Amino acid sequence: MSATHTPSQDPGSYGLIAEFAAEADVVAAARAARQAGYSRLDAYSPYPVEDLTEALELPRSKVPLIVLIGGILGGLGGFMLQYWSSVIRYPMNIGGRPFNSWPAFIVVTFESTILLAAIFGVVGMILLNRLPQPYHPVFNWERFAHASRDRFFLCIEAADPTYDRRATEDFLRSLNPSEVTEVEN
Amino acid sequence: MTTLDPPASRPVKPQHPPVVASGYTPATVTDQVNKVVFGSTPKWWLVGFGISFAVVMMFLFAVTYLFAKGVGIWGLNIPVAWGFAIVNFVWWIGIGHAGTLISAILLLFRQEWRTSINRFAEAMTLFAVACAGMFPVFHLGRPWLFYWLLPYPNTMTLWPQFRSPLIWDVFAVSTYATVSLLFWYVGLIPDLATLRDRVKNVWARRAAGLFALGWRGSARHWQNYETLYLLLAGLATPLVLSVHTVVSFDFAISILPGWHTTVFPPYFVAGAIYSGFAMVLTLVLPLRSLFGLKDLITERHLQAMSKVMLATGLIVAYGYVIELFIAWYSGNEFEMFMVHNRMHGPYQFQYAMLWLCNIFVPQVLWLRKVRSSPVLLWIVAMFINVGMWLERYVIVVISLSRDFLPSSWDYYSGTIWDWAIFVGTLGFFVSLIFLFVRFVPMISGFEMRHLVAHGSKETKS
Repeated sequence: MSATHTPSQDPGSYGLIAEFAAEADVVAAARAARQAGYSRLDAYSPYPVEDLTEALELPRSKVPLIVLIGGILGGLGGFMLQYWSSVIRYPMNIGGRPFNSWPAFIVVTFESTILLAAIFGVVGMILLNRLPQPYHPVFNWERFAHASRDRFFLCIEAADPTYDRRATEDFLRSLNPSEVTEVEN
Repeated sequence: MTTLDPPASRPVKPQHPPVVASGYTPATVTDQVNKVVFGSTPKWWLVGFGISFAVVMMFLFAVTYLFAKGVGIWGLNIPVAWGFAIVNFVWWIGIGHAGTLISAILLLFRQEWRTSINRFAEAMTLFAVACAGMFPVFHLGRPWLFYWLLPYPNTMTLWPQFRSPLIWDVFAVSTYATVSLLFWYVGLIPDLATLRDRVKNVWARRAAGLFALGWRGSARHWQNYETLYLLLAGLATPLVLSVHTVVSFDFAISILPGWHTTVFPPYFVAGAIYSGFAMVLTLVLPLRSLFGLKDLITERHLQAMSKVMLATGLIVAYGYVIELFIAWYSGNEFEMFMVHNRMHGPYQFQYAMLWLCNIFVPQVLWLRKVRSSPVLLWIVAMFINVGMWLERYVIVVISLSRDFLPSSWDYYSGTIWDWAIFVGTLGFFVSLIFLFVRFVPMISGFEMRHLVAHGSKETKS
């Protein structure tokens, strides 16, 4: 990250952050920032805003794929566990019924499918979001506490190739924010 | 254009009451949701928690005695080897169903009214499943060996019997508990971040910060989060329908008259949702007035929950009628005796009370006046709570006490220890509810903010 810093920039700066009072403003600002060529930026909101995903041109979430993998592993694993223990490891003849009595194994197969899909999904979501991450530079600004309440934020990182302390600040100020400030690293 | 105006004399069709009272912004709704957590401890909370915690102490005493003496202190004997333990297990598991139904199925159906009650109902699910899970373990006789039910390599080289519904139950209930916990926790993450950002107490902030994982509401976070939340709802939907189905297999796979019926799975699931909503109402009605949350949990929620109860209650009624019909239609002597024994045998009082509590009394929910009156609704909910417990009592005990061979018949009733442990789990459940509403936001803050910011779809139209 630090390699992209130009010498004129303060290495202690994470970037510039703008605060917005309205959801529509932050969406418009995010869109404008993408159009202005900024790529290392993120928006923060107190509730999910679908338009932000599109405005920031974020790639599709990988969570569905992870859930699918978890479900397939869970289903196969659950059935194989039952097959192996009932047919190979501990076969028990009950009234001459087949060892591989698969209809009786469906319930546990179903449960293990759901279980692993859910666990993979939750762990996957947390890891894809790079959580747990107790420290993040944006927390250094005390106004940022409003990101979990009623305010919207757009942060352009100093690591962005088009970032310029002056020009970027002027650009953010032109987007109708209620405040703009620099966040410490 | 006067023809388009409705005539003044004709009464206007009543609209739905709003999902949230008007005049809220994301900031004020956040404060309202967190008011309970940030406020000082009310006196009634201390009293209520004190009483329920005393019941937990009684529960611990009863369980200690049970572990020391064994299940002989219960009223169990052959032929009734499944008594209170299984009745309570099925009752508690059923109560849990409302939480997942509200959080998952109603999310997929885009029911806005679920937003103010899903968090609470999910917590209730977790606590109810915790109570339920204890009973089969106690019933094992040697509860410290409960892990023998799990498939793991062991020195005895034994493996579970996967063809047994009792093993299916282990998997169904443990999966249900785990997925419900994950769903609840994932829903809590953004709200814990709100607590972390607002709370003054340094230890409370650290605790909230630890569990909030550093959530900062980034657009990237929300994108993964929303995707996962929807997928979890999709996974939990078949799961919630499967859990009580599997519980009903414990009975339906057997050959006992009164248990061996194909109507059991759907009728158990409907009964579970029925009792779950009754329990949600039992708890939410007093809490919303004690905490002043009537703006967020409005008359609309009471109406909607009453209608769900009415609908599932009718499915349960259908189940009861079909049981009678099939017993007659089968022409099977033992099936017909089972019904006769329910109506005229030693448990006829419980059977009559079952019909009264579960089928007759709840019909008052057809009246709008009852659906919008918290007091009447609470009384109906209590009838359903009792009725659903009686339903499981009737199913478990009556069929076992008089099976095919009259020489083995016996009469079963719970002992004081049965009651102590059952009442003890009620105390445990209520204690957990008290702790939950005090320390964790009982209404989902970020979903309420979204609802308030975007306005209800209904009020827009």
